[in-house]
Amino acid sequence: MTTSPVLTFTENGIYCAAGDFYIDPWRQVDRALITHGHSDHARWGMGRYLATHAALPVMRHRLGEISAEGIAYGEVRRIGDADVSFHPAGHVPGSAQIRVAVKGEVWVASGDYKVVDDGLSDAFTPVKCHHFITESTFGLPVFRWADQADVADQINGWWAACAKEGKTAFLGAYALGKAQRLLTMLDPAIGPVLTHTATEHTNRVMRDQGIVLPDTILADGDLKPKDHPGAIVLAPPSALGSAWAKKFGPQETAFASGWMAIRGVRRRRAGDRGFIISDHADWDGLLSAIKVTEAENIYVTHGYTDIFSRYLSDNGWNAQVVPTQFEGETLDKDATE
Amino acid sequence: MKRFAKLFTTIDQSTKTNVKTAALAEYFAAAPDADRLWTIALFSGRRPKRAVTTTRLREWAAERAGIPLWLFEESYAIVGDLAETIALVLPPNTTQDDQSLSDWIAALREIYTQDEDARKAFVLSAWDRLGGAERFIFNKLITGGFRVGVSQKLMTRALARATDKPEAELAHRLMGNWHPDDTTWHALVEAEDASADASRPYPFYLAYGLEAEPQDLGAPEDWRAEWKWDGIRGQLILRDGQYFVWSRGEELMTDRFPELARALDFLPDGTVLDGELLVWPDDQPTPSSFNALQSRIGRKTVPKKLLTDAPVVLHAYDLLEWQGQDIRDLPFADRRATLERACADLPAQAPIRLSSQLPFADWDALAATRSDARDAQAEGVMLKRADSPYLAGRKKGDWWKWKLDPLTIDAVMIYAQSGSGRRANLFTDFTFAVWNGNELVPFTKAYSGLTDAEFRQITAWVRKNTLERFGPVRKVTPHHVFEIAFEGIARSPRHKSGVALRFPRMLRWRQDKPLQEANTLADLEEFLRIYG
Repeated sequence: MTTSPVLTFTENGIYCAAGDFYIDPWRQVDRALITHGHSDHARWGMGRYLATHAALPVMRHRLGEISAEGIAYGEVRRIGDADVSFHPAGHVPGSAQIRVAVKGEVWVASGDYKVVDDGLSDAFTPVKCHHFITESTFGLPVFRWADQADVADQINGWWAACAKEGKTAFLGAYALGKAQRLLTMLDPAIGPVLTHTATEHTNRVMRDQGIVLPDTILADGDLKPKDHPGAIVLAPPSALGSAWAKKFGPQETAFASGWMAIRGVRRRRAGDRGFIISDHADWDGLLSAIKVTEAENIYVTHGYTDIFSRYLSDNGWNAQVVPTQFEGETLDKDATE
Repeated sequence: MKRFAKLFTTIDQSTKTNVKTAALAEYFAAAPDADRLWTIALFSGRRPKRAVTTTRLREWAAERAGIPLWLFEESYAIVGDLAETIALVLPPNTTQDDQSLSDWIAALREIYTQDEDARKAFVLSAWDRLGGAERFIFNKLITGGFRVGVSQKLMTRALARATDKPEAELAHRLMGNWHPDDTTWHALVEAEDASADASRPYPFYLAYGLEAEPQDLGAPEDWRAEWKWDGIRGQLILRDGQYFVWSRGEELMTDRFPELARALDFLPDGTVLDGELLVWPDDQPTPSSFNALQSRIGRKTVPKKLLTDAPVVLHAYDLLEWQGQDIRDLPFADRRATLERACADLPAQAPIRLSSQLPFADWDALAATRSDARDAQAEGVMLKRADSPYLAGRKKGDWWKWKLDPLTIDAVMIYAQSGSGRRANLFTDFTFAVWNGNELVPFTKAYSGLTDAEFRQITAWVRKNTLERFGPVRKVTPHHVFEIAFEGIARSPRHKSGVALRFPRMLRWRQDKPLQEANTLADLEEFLRIYG
């Protein structure tokens, strides 16, 4: 008698037969467990959603009226024959790894994660398992992140220099997660922090759910840039250089992303500056996370899947590439990175 | 190295010319002589003698990083720059270093004579002492190729600001065959009597493409016209009984064109000509296609047979030095008159021809002449203002190239490969095919013409539609049709399709066009019949 695996990879996404649910499905299904609110993980049109209490407000904000239920980190819920629990992934506030246990066999779908504590999200918690599904967005040894405090110094140094020259500093970052993390890194003594509408919407949602964020000023149509000398503006990358941004007069632009580690990308995309900071694990982070799970079977998705899984296989893991409908985040998308 | 690393970083992270110029000028004003000499050298493509092979560098870097070599190579393919890949995979440096740029270069020169163990020890210790940009620069000193967006123009402007010398003079001083190992900052930049070596070329004057109608240029009688040849721009220098041939890219090509040595027999010492190198056998009315010239460009030494099959002549269109005098300030019409006198009695066996002028009464007449350019194996027409001096670099106003519209063909993308440098990890190099019955026959590659946004879009598509991988090359589902523009077409046995295109590029992405409506091999053959 053969037993089917706890999780399988179907054309709808990751499926659990024992509980008849999907994890981060990309097609419309009845029951979806969602690791976090980024649009390539939390999609519209599922019958029922289950996500952490902290992830739900943003999902509701983005997906509108949905039938959704919250769950606390660590709380175990029985779905069909599966025991399901959510554990901090450290990616963005509310993000989770989803642990699924059936008859003693444990799988963890980690979604997107980072192992360093950003001071904003619940810090990554390793979960022991037999089968571990990992992303590999930055699964190359060229990606190694500096300490957050060092990057904060770089950003604040740049902002202060802009302010001194009478320029507005535009910092491009994804509206959910990265923008709030940057917010906590900025030195308010330098000047006021302005936000693009899209960024501020997410800030509001997070403040409403009790996450403490530094003060920001919404830079909508009524705002007079002249009233805010020395300001930094947090905005989605797509808003950099737009008509809205041009109203601010003399300015410098920067982009905050893990992809800025590559000089070619920096020169292509970064405007004036590129800061290397990511909400994904770097090479060492991915390897350490995989090690502490003690899993023998690793499924590699989203990113440099071929290369990363070959490395794992060469080093004794039973690793395989999981085909996805999406390439995940690449350096040339305005990614959730 | 810290001072140079700071300069490099400032230049590298800015897209603004004034920021770069200011940073360079400040550096040139303050840095020690040896450092600023080397800075000019590095930014103009000169580099220290290679002390370590890139093969060894890769091995040592992988070993030091504790990763297998294949993983290093995969990383390199994605990063697109060897020096950068090495800098990124290595563990952080453990100590600091205060040596200057030229100290490091001197140290590299020293290990050149040492055995491999000593070289390895040196490189590993350097990697441990240098972090971030400094480590990257150290690697670049070995691998070469500082592509950092410092044009000759920008460098001379910054130098002019730092030294109070005129830009044009500095541009000329920096030309030619010098190397920091054989000269000094003083000799190169400051010395009053710039007793240049005989090979030193003049900066080329470069034309802009004509965008408006020629009528806007004013009275036709103020202008001179000639064919815009499809060869290699070259400067032929006859001095001290020697000859030198320089390309526009400031590459010394003398050895590749031995037939030009005979110019010394027909023209006096102290002559410098600007012209086009063309393959043009005696018995043909027009030059051969660029394809024929290509067989000559790649060879450092030329076999006899090739000299007979593809003889090169210089079609001279300007005279820069005559009887040892720099005459670039004279009006073009005067320089041209002297050139015509100098070339008047050249016998047929001379490797120099006068590039003839195209008479025209009005702009419409010239337009009619231009439309026949392909029959003359030319790309169009050059317009030069009769009273213009010979300037340095690309300057608007006096010289214009008025090219024919390109030929175009609709083709299907079948392979994609990622670019390097600024295009790292973006699919930018494509192979295109045309239909032959139900089969797609590859016939050209192209890698320019799309916007960054379009490259991003096609990159995302390639990732999802890869059929097979051959190293860095991906075979993709035939789906997208592109309009390929090109300047000429020639038969080529080296290509599967039997044709070679001149300067192919993507004119537009025909997302409106279904796959089946791409052109056919028969269409290419027809182009070949008319223009080949």
